[in-house]
Amino acid sequence: MSPLSMSTAPVETREPDLGQSTEVDRPWKVLVWNDPINTMTYVRFVFQKLFGYSKDRAHALMLDVHLKGKAVVSHGAREKAEMDVFRLHEHGLWATMEHDS
Amino acid sequence: MLRWDDRAGVYRVNLDDDFRRILNELMQQFLALLDDPGAPILYRLFPPAYSDPGDVERQDEYRRLMMEDLVERRRAECQTVMDTAAEKKLTEDQVLAWSRSINSLRLALGTYLEVSEDDEPRPPESAEESAYQWLSWLLEETVDALARRV
Repeated sequence: MSPLSMSTAPVETREPDLGQSTEVDRPWKVLVWNDPINTMTYVRFVFQKLFGYSKDRAHALMLDVHLKGKAVVSHGAREKAEMDVFRLHEHGLWATMEHDS
Repeated sequence: MLRWDDRAGVYRVNLDDDFRRILNELMQQFLALLDDPGAPILYRLFPPAYSDPGDVERQDEYRRLMMEDLVERRRAECQTVMDTAAEKKLTEDQVLAWSRSINSLRLALGTYLEVSEDDEPRPPESAEESAYQWLSWLLEETVDALARRV
């Protein structure tokens, strides 16, 4: 369908879907997972650099990743979480996001 | 190997010419690998963005919007390393490009070599193992220099 043919179509009014908007607004958390290749010093440095965490906080998060298998490194709306995941991927870290329940 | 010179405001690189040539060659090979971003060896560089593997719609959307950008940045930074491999002085941004490029190639090699956390240090038995061990050293030196200034 061409964009022009759309202009003659009747405007559809829709009831707001409350269930869906709640779903959209639910906050997300960003996790970094342990992997056997990335080094501990590199992971700690990336946490400091990307999130401005102190050396101690970055070190604690890195240890969680290393010893517990994962750590939550940031929270936020979907766009922010996706950007954090992107920046972590850019640095070669194994990051994913999921709903913050 | 790398240290910040506060007066000059640059990082000074102390690396043998042979090592600089090796770095350049490795980056050339990495650039060729990036021609096929979907290759299994590069899986760790371009992982899924959502924890839920069943969330196909969001996974695909992230891939569609971000994959090209991720690959392009890898390429550009790889080129930066090749362009500056012979330099004695590097800017902060150039050193960051070095760190991400070295780490990325190390991830690809580690994937290929199926590196595990239980691996004991041992002498390299292949060109890939030599490269992996050398890149590990280079990354440690680079991150060490960068971390001093965070």
